[in-house]
Amino acid sequence: MSEFVEKMVDRIKFSLFSPEMVRKISAAKITVPDTYNEDGYPIDGGLVDQRMGVIDPGLKCKTCGGRTRTCSGHFTHIELVRPVVHPEFSRIIYMLLRSTCVKCGKMLTKKKHMTLGALAKGKKGGSCPHCEAKQAELKFEKPTTFYEGEKTLLPTEIRDRLSKIPDEELRLMGYDPDYARPEWMILTALLVPPVTVRPSITLETGERSEDDLTHKLVDTMRINQRLEANINAGAPQLIIEDLWELLQYHVTTYFNNETTNIPPARHRSGRPLKTLSQRLKGKEGRFRYNLSGKRVNFSARTVISPDPNISINDVGVPRMMAEELTVPVRVTEWNIEECKKLIDAIDYPHAVYVIRPDGKRRKVTDKTKEEIQTTLAAGFIVERQLMNGDTVLFNRQPSLHRMSMMCHNVKVLDGRTFRINLPVCPPYNADFDGDEMNLHVPQTEEARVEAEMLMKVENQIISPRHGHAIIKPQEDHVSGIYYLTKKDSVFSYEKACQILALAGIYELPASDVHGGKYSGKLLFSQLLPKDFNMRVRSKLCRCEGQCGKEKCPYDGYIVVKDGLLTHGTIESKAFENEIIEVLVRNYGAPVARKFIDDATRMALYVITKHGFSADLSNYTLSKEAAVEVDEANDNARKDVMRLVSQYKKGLLERMPGRTLQETLEEKVMARLSRVRNECGKIVENSMGIENTSILMARIGARGSILNAIQMAATVGQQAVREKRLSRGYRGRALIHFRKTDRGADARGFVASSFVRGLTPEEFFFHSMGGRESLVNTAIRTARSGYMQRRLINALQDLVVKRDLSVRDSKNIVVEYTYGSDGKDPQRAGKGEATEETERE
Amino acid sequence: MATHKATRAQIDSGEAVGIVAAQSIGEPGTQMTMRTFHYAGVAEQVPTGLPRLIELLDARKEPKKPIMDVYVDEKYEETEEKCRQIAAQIQAVMLEDIGKIEERLGTREIMVILDPAVLKERKLDIDDIKAALKKFSGGEVHASGNEVKISFKGSTLRAIRRVTNKIRSVHMAGVKGISRAAVLKNGNKHFIRTAGSNIAEIAKIPGVDFKRSYTNNIMEVNRVLGIEAARNAIILEIMQVLESQRMDVDVRHVALLADAMTMDGLIRSVGRHGLSGRKAGVLARAAFEETLKHLINAAVTGEEDKLIGITENIIIGQTIPVGTGIVKLARRI
Repeated sequence: MSEFVEKMVDRIKFSLFSPEMVRKISAAKITVPDTYNEDGYPIDGGLVDQRMGVIDPGLKCKTCGGRTRTCSGHFTHIELVRPVVHPEFSRIIYMLLRSTCVKCGKMLTKKKHMTLGALAKGKKGGSCPHCEAKQAELKFEKPTTFYEGEKTLLPTEIRDRLSKIPDEELRLMGYDPDYARPEWMILTALLVPPVTVRPSITLETGERSEDDLTHKLVDTMRINQRLEANINAGAPQLIIEDLWELLQYHVTTYFNNETTNIPPARHRSGRPLKTLSQRLKGKEGRFRYNLSGKRVNFSARTVISPDPNISINDVGVPRMMAEELTVPVRVTEWNIEECKKLIDAIDYPHAVYVIRPDGKRRKVTDKTKEEIQTTLAAGFIVERQLMNGDTVLFNRQPSLHRMSMMCHNVKVLDGRTFRINLPVCPPYNADFDGDEMNLHVPQTEEARVEAEMLMKVENQIISPRHGHAIIKPQEDHVSGIYYLTKKDSVFSYEKACQILALAGIYELPASDVHGGKYSGKLLFSQLLPKDFNMRVRSKLCRCEGQCGKEKCPYDGYIVVKDGLLTHGTIESKAFENEIIEVLVRNYGAPVARKFIDDATRMALYVITKHGFSADLSNYTLSKEAAVEVDEANDNARKDVMRLVSQYKKGLLERMPGRTLQETLEEKVMARLSRVRNECGKIVENSMGIENTSILMARIGARGSILNAIQMAATVGQQAVREKRLSRGYRGRALIHFRKTDRGADARGFVASSFVRGLTPEEFFFHSMGGRESLVNTAIRTARSGYMQRRLINALQDLVVKRDLSVRDSKNIVVEYTYGSDGKDPQRAGKGEATEETERE
Repeated sequence: MATHKATRAQIDSGEAVGIVAAQSIGEPGTQMTMRTFHYAGVAEQVPTGLPRLIELLDARKEPKKPIMDVYVDEKYEETEEKCRQIAAQIQAVMLEDIGKIEERLGTREIMVILDPAVLKERKLDIDDIKAALKKFSGGEVHASGNEVKISFKGSTLRAIRRVTNKIRSVHMAGVKGISRAAVLKNGNKHFIRTAGSNIAEIAKIPGVDFKRSYTNNIMEVNRVLGIEAARNAIILEIMQVLESQRMDVDVRHVALLADAMTMDGLIRSVGRHGLSGRKAGVLARAAFEETLKHLINAAVTGEEDKLIGITENIIIGQTIPVGTGIVKLARRI
């Protein structure tokens, strides 16, 4: 652990290496196109020369004397007998050649400022405006060949021309000749990366397998030597040029093995080699895989499962993990006794390592224990196992927003899974069908403090996205609260004690129901602060027009006066938007957190005692209702028939901007979706709020009325691309219908309910619709993932400055005041003004 | 009390509002549908949801389905007849809408047989057509009665066919680019909805209330009304998409995005050709897309990365200049 930052990188300059520079930094010249000799020892002057560092343990680097871990490697070089074009710069070379004079090297214009692209484009033959030399037409063939007229320009000639371009002219064209002379784009000395960059791996058979880059370099060396031999032997020009071209090919693929117009170099197995560009590029490249995202220590991952009894701030950590993960504790005169105990302990919470102030690290074992204990003094660091109450970060991927990584307190539990309480599922978007999550242990005091203050679960109850609660009661919590606060829910003395004890309340309020009993509303009120007030119409109110307020027959008008719930049953929206949000805003996050913890625990007790279940009878309609549903379906069918016959007779009136057929489809769709609404009414009339399915939908615990309708009454029209089903066979969707049939059943109308069961045709249609939604989900995740990556990349540098302006990294103002009011959407709340009026 | 609440709600300096905005807009993307929306009166399906959002962020030259809502002056609003007249004026008329086009390859002629009724309705006269054809066909144009003859000398048959196809869509009347204009009713008031958008031309038509008229083409808004209008249009359109999907997102996030897109006077797309491609740091650009291109160009121009962005500092392994990272503490020894 370093105490302070000693050095900072201030800037990074990008430039080209000149051949001289390459030779200067090179630790050795590579002369042998081979790696190891028969004894498995690096060949001197070979591609794993020991002067460029070592990867085998036991060997010493011949340049710096370091070993595998301590020497990071040194570059070497290959002296190319004939220069070759650097393939990645060939386009720039082409533009430079085209825009400068063959003879004097000046720009082919008299203008003082011009972009290279424009200059290269504008020119066609002609002569130099400075020295009047005639300019021949240049042609560029990707990736590295240049023609002047019919003749090929050799790299040597190109280099000569490029070196003629004066520095001032280059500056005018936007290049920096001090750092990048164009002739350096022609390679004469090829820089060879150290072995540490391209380590060879030893297979189980003891065989050595070289890295792709090494292979490529060996090839390059070989051709280079052959070329040299041929030149020295005075071979014909043709042969030399062929070899030269081959050398060019190897160098090209060494830099980029996906260059257009040339075949990729392959491994013996036929797999294309992964050369320099491939190492950097793309999602698995150096940049995105290793630099923008890094692997970390002190982390753990396992399956998650629910635990409704721990706080939302907690995370249950398996004992096994807690034993493995460590937290560094700095020894001070105040905690030295505890530290000694930790070192002495044999069982679970014990110290694992002790680090002396000079940085020496010692493992705590039975043997070393006593010695360490006696030498222990302030300034030492003890690494102890993870314990209850430790601060950790908890994360679930995909990390789509900042609530995907929150700070929890450790609670060491038995078992092998992480445990989280259910209200924190929405921010993580977690469920328990096998989801896994990650845990990170911050290692410095600074990191822990930041995590506690900025990322604590209770500080994320309100989402910055919309200013509403995102950590909130789930499913059965909502149902439980409903049963607790229902109009005439009454609890006996014993039960009331139980319920309040769950919330840590041990003083009973005065009984408010005769017989010494307690109303649920009173019990719930015990959780609210004594000065809490609210009046709001809940989702449960079904009064026509104006609600009857306190006299609402549905108990749908919630009144809390001085912390006492007098009227109204609590449902999900009231809970989230009224109670939780107001608690966070006016009483602070810890109060809200405690309220959520207690209320959900109480709710689960209530619903467990009350019982909550559904069976087939919940979805079986009464005889009369079933008849009504059938009638509704039949009427719809008849209406569709009528529309179709009108259409066929040409009596249908075309809607503006539609064809006749579109008009028909539109009308049919409208009619058929009406069936669903009709059935909805029938279902709601026949099944009241005593039906658990309807109840859950009404109070916002789970599901919607539509689910109940589909199960009990009718599934409804199936669609693909928002149209009735029509594809499949010529003129019809299934062979069971006539080609001319445009009726409801022939085009995917499913009249059966899930309980009654679907006919084979209906089942098929339902699958068609189902498939589309599956396909859409798959496409959507990919598309929205990329969209979010782009959004984040575009906006990530925007930060609020001290004056509340938003600026980017260049310090350019994007907004003068953030959101034009300088308010944090997480803390501001919405529509407060209107709420006040509605609450009187 | 109120002021206390207000100060408490103030944004912290150093807050990474950009990232929060991006997450707030991006995160609901996974829940959005890909459905298209059916605007009444316009034939085609207009993309909403994720495809439309991506289209807006891409800042395309033309949206897939440009739509306009054209309002008429208040005094005409309740008379459908007047609205129909204006709609008829708006809808573009092409040559093939007002007559039949016949090719006579034998005599190297193209005959345009005009429908006098349509002609009258559109207030066109044969000379207009003659003039238009002269301009576009390149042949000799004769008019007689309701027929216009274009004769070619020495042209190849293929050239004649090309001309036939071209003159079919010669613009004769109405507003260019408006393929359909339908009158719709909202309460007892009428307005015109068009497929295709051209607000600059719409403004010139008498009876049109330009101030209330609306287009979903943000690039056009920028062209005609300027960048501030375009910013508002972007906010409006994105909010509309999110609301249609029942996604609750604070305007501040959308406004920040729109401000970032429009901050240098023109609409920049979100992506490598727009905002991301114009970042300060070489490393930041290389880490996003087109890694090689950025590294190569940085090398030849001797570019310097000052490490002022977030990505750059993550790559180097230093504290990022956001949040608690912008605080610098110096201690005198």
